[in-house]
Amino acid sequence: MAKLTDLSLGEALDGLKAKKFSVTELTKEYIAAQEKCRGLNAYTVETPELALKAAKESETRYANNNARPLEGLPLGIKDLYCTKGVETTACSNILKGFKPTYESTVTQNLWNDGALMLGKLNLDEFAMGSSNITSAFGPVISPWSGKDPANANRKLVPGGSSGGSAAAVSARCAIAATGTDTGGSIRQPAAFTGLVGIKPTYGRCSRWGIVAFASSLDQAGPITRNVKDAAILLRSMAGHDPKDSTSVKRAVPDYVAALQGGIGGLRVGIPKEYRVEGMPKEIESFWEKGAKMLEEAGAEIVDISLPHTKYALAVYYIVAPAEASSNLARYDGVRFGLRVPGKGIQELYENTRAEGFGKEVRRRILIGTYVLSAGYYDAYYIKAQKVRACIAQDFSQAFKKCDVILTPTAPSDAFAIGEKEDDPIKMWLNDIFTVPVNLAGLPGLSLPAGLSAGGLPLGLQLIGRPFDEETVLRVGGVLESAAGFKALPPFHA
Amino acid sequence: MTIDKALVSRIASLARIRVPEEEKETLSKELDSIMGWISQLNEVDTSNVAPLTSVVETALPMREDKVTDGNNAEGVLANAPKEAAGFFVVPKVVE
Repeated sequence: MAKLTDLSLGEALDGLKAKKFSVTELTKEYIAAQEKCRGLNAYTVETPELALKAAKESETRYANNNARPLEGLPLGIKDLYCTKGVETTACSNILKGFKPTYESTVTQNLWNDGALMLGKLNLDEFAMGSSNITSAFGPVISPWSGKDPANANRKLVPGGSSGGSAAAVSARCAIAATGTDTGGSIRQPAAFTGLVGIKPTYGRCSRWGIVAFASSLDQAGPITRNVKDAAILLRSMAGHDPKDSTSVKRAVPDYVAALQGGIGGLRVGIPKEYRVEGMPKEIESFWEKGAKMLEEAGAEIVDISLPHTKYALAVYYIVAPAEASSNLARYDGVRFGLRVPGKGIQELYENTRAEGFGKEVRRRILIGTYVLSAGYYDAYYIKAQKVRACIAQDFSQAFKKCDVILTPTAPSDAFAIGEKEDDPIKMWLNDIFTVPVNLAGLPGLSLPAGLSAGGLPLGLQLIGRPFDEETVLRVGGVLESAAGFKALPPFHA
Repeated sequence: MTIDKALVSRIASLARIRVPEEEKETLSKELDSIMGWISQLNEVDTSNVAPLTSVVETALPMREDKVTDGNNAEGVLANAPKEAAGFFVVPKVVE
């Protein structure tokens, strides 16, 4: 029999139901994998005792035939989700040692459905980054290294901010993981590591108990090994929550059932503005290949235009820092987390925040403070929200002509740790294809569809209408079968 | 608009983040270049566009004005860097 850690979430669930192996056996294999993969720095906290304890309960449920939808599946949880009694830091020094006295709604949904937690996963500090290098716990190393022997010692980034989630699922030390996505933080790391990641429509998953970055953009979602696994997990994660006033009161569809059926007659939009300057030729031809596969499966390819695409990043770097500067005001050394003493309260605040926040987080708080400050608010913040309205409008116009949009997920394959660090704007450009989706609040899925010339995974992104995750997943499933991506990272458990 | 050292000091003070004097020069250049890049938004004519306030087209839900959570001082104080007698402790604020 294949190693248990090689099974997808769906396969493991079938195996558990058929009693081919027990929850404890599966969990123990993952705990061993976790130890083997420590060099990747994917986990910030490991919780094997909690996992094994929960595994016992799951076993009883299987024995009594009252297993829940995710019974006994060992997941990794991005360290942005508050987990009761388990250290939650958002990978920031300012929250080191913080043990929430409550559980985030999304993780609670997962536990209520029978999943168990292997540990907390590394991320860019407060989810601000595209490489996982801004974490206070140090960078995550991708299990991928490419085929160029000259690069064998080059350590690659797993993408970010959900870099620990991507590395762990890809290296087989978690069966699947949760992520969060503010500007591409689920989709870009999924693309860099050969995985599937979906950012659902804004309002689909509750944000309650997830450390806030930019509240009008943040969404929770799964990172998994295939589209079906994403459908299974999303169904449990999603749902209305009275504790998040922006969570939407809409029934959660059966996403696995939505994978059934073909895509005959479905219109797939190709936005011409996504052919950006400097994009490698291979990404473009890879994108064309993806469109061809969908056409062969019966879809109709239509050209669409999203004219304000080029402004999306500039809008994002006003809106996200503005919201972050406001959300992160709570870290003041008084109620939780780090406290650095000072003469008087003002100095205590200033010292705590100077020492507790890393460089990128400080930079974004300063930008946010500036664009919201008296005299600049209209020129920057209001202007950005107006251009954001144009971007959202572009998408609603486009969806009159098509049912789903196909784009590359990122403008390149994974880069090495240390690259792109000299210039923040260069790093931010990584999110050029994912950021517009957050600005418009739409669902977006990334799936692996091939390898670059350097032997690294490349992802394609599917964007859907609001709350139409079903179409996005169905098209994703069709593209997944057509592309037949089977590559494994050189390093895995 | 250029972000000079004086403006950096003002922003840092508003953000309650101490910025050492020697970092202000670099930071002003960095922020200035970022804001310069952002000013491309001025190319977009938005004279007839209302600013986006929410991507979800629903009204905020109302609920009964009733306490739903509380009486949990212990939980609230559990992570306090310093607490005494059920309160957060901070340096003296009023002279």
